[in-house]
Amino acid sequence: MKYSYYPGCSLKGTGKAYEESVLAIFETMGVEANEIDDWNCCGATAYMGVDESMAFGLAGRNLALAEREGATDVVVPCNACYLSLNKANKYIEEYPQVKEKTDKALAAGGLKYGGSLKVRHPLDVFVNDIGLSRIKDAVKTPLKDLKVAPYYGCQIVRPYAAFDSQRNPTSMDQLLDVLGADVVDYPLKTRCCSGSQTGSLPEVGLRLVYILLKEAKRRGADVIVTICPLCQFNLESYQDEVSKRYKEDLAIPILYFTQVMGLALGLSAQKVGLTRNLVHVFPTLDKREVGHV
Amino acid sequence: MTTPKSMKYESERDHDFSEWITGVVGSERIRNCIQCGICSSTCPVSHYMDYTPRRLINMARQGFKDEVLRSKTIWLCTSCYSCTTECPKLIKVTDVMYALKRKAIQERVYPRRFAIPILGKEFYKMVRAKGRITESRLMMIFMLKTNLLRIFTMSKMGLRLIRTGRMDYKPESVKRIKELQAVMDASSDRKGVSTS
Repeated sequence: MKYSYYPGCSLKGTGKAYEESVLAIFETMGVEANEIDDWNCCGATAYMGVDESMAFGLAGRNLALAEREGATDVVVPCNACYLSLNKANKYIEEYPQVKEKTDKALAAGGLKYGGSLKVRHPLDVFVNDIGLSRIKDAVKTPLKDLKVAPYYGCQIVRPYAAFDSQRNPTSMDQLLDVLGADVVDYPLKTRCCSGSQTGSLPEVGLRLVYILLKEAKRRGADVIVTICPLCQFNLESYQDEVSKRYKEDLAIPILYFTQVMGLALGLSAQKVGLTRNLVHVFPTLDKREVGHV
Repeated sequence: MTTPKSMKYESERDHDFSEWITGVVGSERIRNCIQCGICSSTCPVSHYMDYTPRRLINMARQGFKDEVLRSKTIWLCTSCYSCTTECPKLIKVTDVMYALKRKAIQERVYPRRFAIPILGKEFYKMVRAKGRITESRLMMIFMLKTNLLRIFTMSKMGLRLIRTGRMDYKPESVKRIKELQAVMDASSDRKGVSTS
């Protein structure tokens, strides 16, 4: 299996652990993922609101570069980047005026996009390309007794339900299940984490984070597992502030689904970036005697 | 006892504006809105908005340009796409919000000291210059421009991010920046609009 890989800005910054764990798992599962040479910002949310055509131009350059390298599927771990590239891909196909504009813009940079690519999320690749049975066979240390709340975030299934249900996605639930974890029913799984508003408008953003943390705790989860760097950052980094604001202890480890997967596949804590977490999962793992770290 | 009520008059409507919004990619179906309010009820931040999404959609198509473009609602939208997913008339409400944000910036009527448009702008400037975002630098610039006090409350988090190697000092940048800037300039809708 061979894919083109688009990391996006977060995976080179605050979301380093996500990149480390994604790549470690690709290696373990024999997936070849080549980072797109000289990729640029995906034209994410903040950008769409300033200049939409330019956002499509930015996404278009990434798609053009990947296509030139001979890729057919681009794997994008960040939900926001995943949506940006997906949306550009779809709008270029759907709206002739978008295609015309993007073509012209790319030509100005000496590039061309033929529209042949598929934008994929690693979760999609694991569940639908590698398959749950192969992953189950590769599990070395099952995550016995670890209660996990699966948190998908919004942009993975909205507005496009490319590989899972829009209202009640279950692919990560199934994946966690074959890893041996105890999957908690978490109905807020696609509720918004507030995106960048934790920074720009704390009274709004922190409230949304509070709702998510509180619900996971109330349902007895030991950890929340995410698939998006911004969700991970919001839920983890603001825990102190949220706990103080709402006078409740809301401390809970927030892991990337690939970190949890790595542990089950027998990879070291270092290899899946667990030492980069601010709220450590080690005490929880020790208590539950889950695998070795 | 009387309750204060503001009245809207036909003369306040801007027909060019309502014409414009239905012509924007993604906003075509706005006239099909049946005002059911599902967008507002599914929106995670509607209770913080000055007009709910349902009201804003109606005001936009009626042509109440000034109220719509000056509203905080459009800046509060987090782009979670709940409204777009749930709308029974298939209106791409999130896209409408994006279109209104862009228009508000173009017409320079966005709430000036409101933090969210400032973040959008700083994000934009960094991508124009470097092609990529360096998160820690963006956050720093943003805090300096909006809320100095929050730097103090967030310094503890910053230190922990440094300790875990998640703060990058080295600015991220693409190699072929000229190629990227050519693409950006050729695709811009905002020719002649200053980004500063």
